Amino acid sequence: MTDLFFYLTQPFAQHALLAAVIVAVICGIIGPFVIMRSMAFAVHGTSELAFTGASAGLLVGNNPLAGALVGTLLFASIIGTLGVRERERDSAIGVILAFGLGVGVLLLSFYHGFASEATNILFGNIFGVSSNQLLFLIVIGVGATIAMLVMYRPLLFASVDPEVAEARGVPMKLVGILFLLILAFAVTEAAQIVGTLLVLSLAITPAAAAQRLSSRPIIVTLLSIAFALIASVGGLLASLASGDIKPSVFITFISFGIYIVVRVVCRLQRQK
Amino acid sequence: MSSPSKPLLSLKDTALQFGERTLWKELNLTVNEGEFIAILGPNGTGKTSLLRGLLGLQQFTEGTVSIRGTLPHRGNSDIGYIPQQKTFDKDLSIRGRDLVKLGLDGHRFGAVRRNKNVMKRVDEAIEEVGATRYADSPIGLLSGGEQQRLRIAQSLLSKPSLLLCDEPLSSLDLKSQQSISTLIDSYRKQFNTTVLFVTHDINPVLDIVDRVLYLVNGKWAIGTPEEILTTASLTQLYGTPVDVLRIRGRIIVVNASDNPGLSGHHHIPAIKVEG
Repeated sequence: MTDLFFYLTQPFAQHALLAAVIVAVICGIIGPFVIMRSMAFAVHGTSELAFTGASAGLLVGNNPLAGALVGTLLFASIIGTLGVRERERDSAIGVILAFGLGVGVLLLSFYHGFASEATNILFGNIFGVSSNQLLFLIVIGVGATIAMLVMYRPLLFASVDPEVAEARGVPMKLVGILFLLILAFAVTEAAQIVGTLLVLSLAITPAAAAQRLSSRPIIVTLLSIAFALIASVGGLLASLASGDIKPSVFITFISFGIYIVVRVVCRLQRQK
Repeated sequence: MSSPSKPLLSLKDTALQFGERTLWKELNLTVNEGEFIAILGPNGTGKTSLLRGLLGLQQFTEGTVSIRGTLPHRGNSDIGYIPQQKTFDKDLSIRGRDLVKLGLDGHRFGAVRRNKNVMKRVDEAIEEVGATRYADSPIGLLSGGEQQRLRIAQSLLSKPSLLLCDEPLSSLDLKSQQSISTLIDSYRKQFNTTVLFVTHDINPVLDIVDRVLYLVNGKWAIGTPEEILTTASLTQLYGTPVDVLRIRGRIIVVNASDNPGLSGHHHIPAIKVEG
């Protein structure tokens, strides 16, 4: 425990903590919309392309974060312009995801630096965040959060009631593409913490748990943020206390644990 | 209707084409304030496209359209819209109340602020359609009739002078069909709202409608149900023999040619009533 308090006075841990908070907030906000719009697969596809982008960034300029952002934004624009209908969209995502992963593996085979860099892309390395990267994370995190606040109502309208939303003048295509771009930013951020493979543990699981507790959109969003915060900050602290187990392990465990507890509680309540 | 006839909507020589296919042309129509028009016709004749045109979501190929003196445009708050009842996911995290509120401010960008005036208007609208009891339940758990009541509250929040309904009764049981059409009718009388009502079955609204617009294969006819829904005029419109039967105050259209697309949809609901 004394180790933990010592760590918290260190800049590397403070940077990590701040990054964890930003990521949890943006993932918590987008989560309920990802579920409403049945976009879990799109999130997964985006994070796989973050892997491809990060591998390219690592190889070219030793900058996986910038690479991941380019990869996810590219993917979002392709999906946004290609598939409008849900079924088309999912098959297009599958096609690009599979190819993108192949490209990522190829790129990594050219990389002869530290072997740990590859696992960091897959499973996250929040303790390696430099002050420059942290600034970058803060800027896109705050930007994405503000964008979500501004388009909250039209996005909700377009997601739950598309026919009437369109009739009332909601620009459906614009809203859909903006959300994909915000998703790209959020996934890039989350990949820094939990890694490209485990993004769903912050982008879906907290929202899935929140959704079971309320049917009010605002409450669901707030709960989703709260659960994501507990998982990411809790996972980070647990990792510091444990010594050598990666934060992403604890984050996925805590986030899954919350989900299970919520399901059990809901079941018990219904039986009463 | 008895209200002083002031035109609200006029279509002059309008045509709608999709590529080579002409849905209709030279459609002329003037609809007065407070009038209730049923739009009938087989599938694919452009009934929904007509509504989309008025909403500014679809360009008319030819002709001029005026709604209270303005051209059709997106996001016209003077138009209310009620779509078909649909299945919401049971675990969709949204209440009936939220759906109603989106009808008022859901198209607006900008941060959400708590607004007492908005809350009050939403409450009143929900109360007026008699949905207070279930307005706080998740929308996916409500019955079709309950959902459509909330839809009416949603569409009328902005006090539109034109209400477009696209098959709002389909997939409702007969009792709900009756209560929903009565509710829409009482609204148009209270606010002198003009209603365009796309339906595949005239019977639930037969006592309410002022005129019928019948679209068939690029041709159209407009008039009172007594004028349009007759063997002679529908035979002329379809260009094939059509029989119109009146049984116990209900109308059944039977197409003599064995085309299921033209006949089936009219007599099936009527048979249910008699059963």
